[in-house]
Order: sequence, then structure tokens, then C-alpha cells
Amino acid sequence: MTFWLLLTVNSVTFGGLLFLLSAGFSLIFGLMRIPNLTHGSMFMAGAYLGTTLLSGALGFTLDFWLAALVAAVEVAILGALMERLLLRQLAGQQLAQVLVTLGVSFMVADLCLMGWGGDPISVATPPGLEGFIRLGTAVFPLYRMAVILIAVVFAIALWLVLERTRLGAMIRAGVDDPQMARVVGIRVSQLFTIVFALGAGLAAFAGMIGGPILSVYPGLDQDMLPLALVVVILGGTGSLLGSFVGSIIIGFIYNFGQALLPELAYFILFLPMVLVLVLRPQGLFGGQIL
Amino acid sequence: MTKPAPKPASKPASGPLTGRRIAVVIAVLALIAVPYAITEIYYVNIASQILLYAIFALGLNVLVGYAGLVSLGHAGLFGVAAYVVGYVLAAGYGHTLAILAALAAGQVATAVFAALSLRATGISFIMITLALGEIIWGLAYRWISITNGDNGISVATRPEPFGLPLDSARGFYAATLVVFLVAVAAAAIFVRSPFGAALAGTREQPRRMNTLGYHVWMIRFWACMFSGLLTSMAGILFVYYNEFISPQALALTASAESLLMVISGGAGTLLGPIMGAALVVIVKNVVSAYVERWNFMLGAIFVAIVVFMPEGLVPGAVRLARSAWRAVSRQKTGAPSVAGTEQ
Repeated sequence: MTFWLLLTVNSVTFGGLLFLLSAGFSLIFGLMRIPNLTHGSMFMAGAYLGTTLLSGALGFTLDFWLAALVAAVEVAILGALMERLLLRQLAGQQLAQVLVTLGVSFMVADLCLMGWGGDPISVATPPGLEGFIRLGTAVFPLYRMAVILIAVVFAIALWLVLERTRLGAMIRAGVDDPQMARVVGIRVSQLFTIVFALGAGLAAFAGMIGGPILSVYPGLDQDMLPLALVVVILGGTGSLLGSFVGSIIIGFIYNFGQALLPELAYFILFLPMVLVLVLRPQGLFGGQIL
Repeated sequence: MTKPAPKPASKPASGPLTGRRIAVVIAVLALIAVPYAITEIYYVNIASQILLYAIFALGLNVLVGYAGLVSLGHAGLFGVAAYVVGYVLAAGYGHTLAILAALAAGQVATAVFAALSLRATGISFIMITLALGEIIWGLAYRWISITNGDNGISVATRPEPFGLPLDSARGFYAATLVVFLVAVAAAAIFVRSPFGAALAGTREQPRRMNTLGYHVWMIRFWACMFSGLLTSMAGILFVYYNEFISPQALALTASAESLLMVISGGAGTLLGPIMGAALVVIVKNVVSAYVERWNFMLGAIFVAIVVFMPEGLVPGAVRLARSAWRAVSRQKTGAPSVAGTEQ
């Protein structure tokens, strides 16, 4: 019983991390019509930068949450630069843009390997959250509950931004019909930069807060990117609700798969994707942004 | 080629001794001469690698260049064939069965791949093939009872077709060359066939092709199958070349490398992917002799080619060579002056 409860908590936690990763991925896809193949690299880069800020190798030590935030801002700036300097040069050529993100992802992966070496780096659970919550006989790790809470808060915040703010309305318009959005005076190219930076920052933040659970290692990017892809194929591109539901589903399948059929865990992810592709190719929530 | 013909004519109009045919014969003779001209085994092995990757690139090019469908999961198909060879041999069966099983498994995997990824085109096709390729990689990596995980599967012996041992570098090169020539011929026939023309039609104008009564999905499906067949052939050669297969050969990096071969050489041409394969294999071997950072180089080359020379290196070079050849032949035959004929 405890086993199943714990597995469920782990699944929801992992789903939360996936949501932080794939929400940005999905919005970028919805707006710019390209899968950002550097998204896994941003997740990993965020985690690596965060661990360095934590470790005090730079002469100062940041608090865990502050480190996560700073890493997210750093990666967001890198993302914005990449959008401005590289992708902007190839505006309208989606295939070229995808290939550029692929090329950059290899460069980032190799740079991380150069900078942080090949050994996995474990990230300590932030102080105050090492404990457990007891509910009857069941025991829940506090940090995982916190990650779930953060994911939910971010989901609500993103929803509010998209639904209630002017920026959100512009993004929705851009996702819906970029040409018309341009016609009514929205600077869609500026939105590209904003959304790209936002997605990069979210991914990096997820990488850091995922650190105590997943640790950081070379190849983390290639582990996470396909998961984001599957979430978005499942949930539908450009849909926040889709990435939320997709993330939770994949979180469950991945964790239960790893616990019950460890050898085939990766393969089982394939099943919901096949079902969705056959029955509903636009994804579960394709075509609706919220 | 100037004669207007109802069918796309595969026969050049001006007899058997056209420049193109002579060039092909010279190229084939040069390829046959490679192991005799080069004494060092290391370079013969590099030549074998170039040829086997050229087959892979030709296979991918069927989709990327002619169908307009960019796959980022082809290393998965490549790997399926390679792993099946390893697995069947490890189970104690012979080479013939291993190769046949690998081709069959490659085709089955391709059919599944195609059935799923052809639900979409364009960018979504890339995403789905990428996810599928990663899933095959995940299987190779984690399904340890079948694939031996990260340790991979070793293949102890190479086959002996018609009693000719392939254990030496030269023997293996000869076998690879034969498969390569078959693959090139198949690709050339495929491209010039009515089916190839229909495929190019589905790339340019899928709706019109549909209106004209072509089954667009089915055309794409068979293009995938052909692409998968060439890819499986390359995978089989790969596992025999290395006498080893591990998940690394299936990773996204491998898919990206093969795509780089296609686009750097020039997608949608026959020569392009071959030259691209040569370029990538040579650069990879040269670079890895000096620095460890091949992945960084791969990424950088990718970005540079996409940003600065999106049409590929070969089409430009071919254009230059052609105009030079024309100038030379004009001088020889005493044709009217260049200034007069060119607009």
C-alpha cells in the first residue's frame, strides 16, 4: 500500500517537473511552429548552472531557491539571445530553425561535458525540506510535495498570465493566427523572443528543482527531450492544459513503468503516443491553448 | 536529354558515351581501385565506413530529398537491423538467416514507423520520428535481457559470401562496395521511375497529386519502406564492420549525423548524400584524432551549414564543375564562342 502511494507521489512529482519543462516547449511550438530541440539542453544547463551557484565554486554560495532562480534567468537570457541571433536569421524557414536548435543542443551538451565533467552531480535537498510528512502509516517526502506545489503554482500563474493579461492575450492571438495578429498590430516577432526566453527559463528552473530527485549528469538532456516531445504529442501543441494533462499521464506511466517493468519503461511511453496518434493526431487538447 | 519524350527518359539521347556515363564508369573503377591504391589498412577501413554511411545517407535522402519528409529517427531503424544481426548470431544461427531476419525486422520496424509518423508531415513528422527513434534507443539501452544494455552485442565472425572471407579490410571493402553499388543503382532507378516522379509530386503539391488520383499516403509509405530497406542494409554492414553494436549507434546524435550527411552534400541529389557521407566520416575521423569534442563540432557544422549554405556543399560544386566542363568541351569541339551562346 505504502509502495503504491509513494509511487503515485513520485509520478505526480515527475509529472510536475515535466509540466514545467513541456509548458514552455508547447508554447514555443504553438507560437513559432518549431519544436525547440534545445529544450532538454536548457533543462540540463539550468541544473548544472544551479549546482555551480550552490557549490560556492564562484566564491559565493546561493540559497537553493535563489540558485534555481538565477540559473533560470541566465538560461532565459541565453534562450533570448539564441532566438534573436540565430533563429531570427532563419525566420520563416522552420526546417532550418529546427536543425539549428538540434545543432545548438549538441554544442550545449558538449560544453556542459567540458565544463562539469562526465560524473553525475547529486544535488542536496534544500534545507528544511529533507523530512517527511506522516499521514497515518504513509510517509511522504517533503521535497517532492514541495515540487508538486511549485508545479501547481506555476500552472496557475501561467494560466493567469495567458488568460488575464495583455501579454497573454497577445500570445494567444499569436498562437491562434500569427498573420492576423500581425495585422492587428501585435509584434509577433517580439513575442517569439519573450516566449522563447520564458520557455528556456522554465526549463532551466525545472532542471534545478529536479536536481535533488534526478541528479545532474551528461545525457540528462537526451533523457528529458523525448519526454517533453511525447507530452506535447499527447497533449497537443500550444495547449497549456494539454501539457498539464500530458505531463501527469507521462509522469504516471514513466514511474509505474520503471517500478514494474524497468526494462521496458521507455517503451511503454510509446503506447499512449501511438493511441493518440492513431485516434486523435492533433493531440488530446490540440487546437485549444488553455 | 533534349528530345521531348512522353515518359521521363532514362536513356540519354546522345548515345552510350555521354560525359555522365563516362564519369560513372570512372568513379566505379576508382572505387574498385581504392584497396589496391591505398596500402594502409586504416584508410581502407575509412573507405568502407564512407561507403556504408553513404548507403545510410542515400536511404535517408529518399525521404528528406525526394519525399520532403525529414526524419530524425533513422538511426533507430539502422539499429534495429544491426541488433537483429547480433541477436540472431548470438542465438547460434548462421549469417544468412541473421541478414534475412535483419532485413525483415528492419522492414517491419519501418512499417510501424511510417504508419505512425505519416499521420503528420512537416515539423510534426520530425517530432514523431525523433520520439520513435529515441524509444528504440531506450529499448536498446534498457531492455538488457535482449540487448545487453550499454555493453552491446558483439559479433564474433563476418560472413563468407560464396566462400570469400570478409575478415580482411580489403575483403570487407569489396563486399561493402558491391552492396553500395546495388544501393546506388536502386536509388537511381527509384528516382527516375514514375514512382519517384510521383513522390516528388507529393512533396511539392500533395493536394494536386491527390486530386490527380494519386494515393499520397501510400506513395509516402512505400518511400519510407524503400528508405528503411537501404537503412537496414547499412545497419547490417555497420554491425559486421564493427563486429559490435551498442545503443550509441542509435542515439539522436547518430540520426543527426546521417541527416547532416544528407543536407551537407545536398538533399534531393544522388551524389550529394554520398559526398556528405564522405565529408562527415573524414571530418569525424580527422577531428577525433586531434580533439575529443566531435559532438561540439557536429553541432557547429550543423549550424554553419544551415545558416550559411542551406542548399548543401555539393550542388554548388556540381554547378561549378558543370560549367567548367561545358567550357572545356566547347573549346575542344570548336563550338561557337562562349559569348555568343550564353545569354
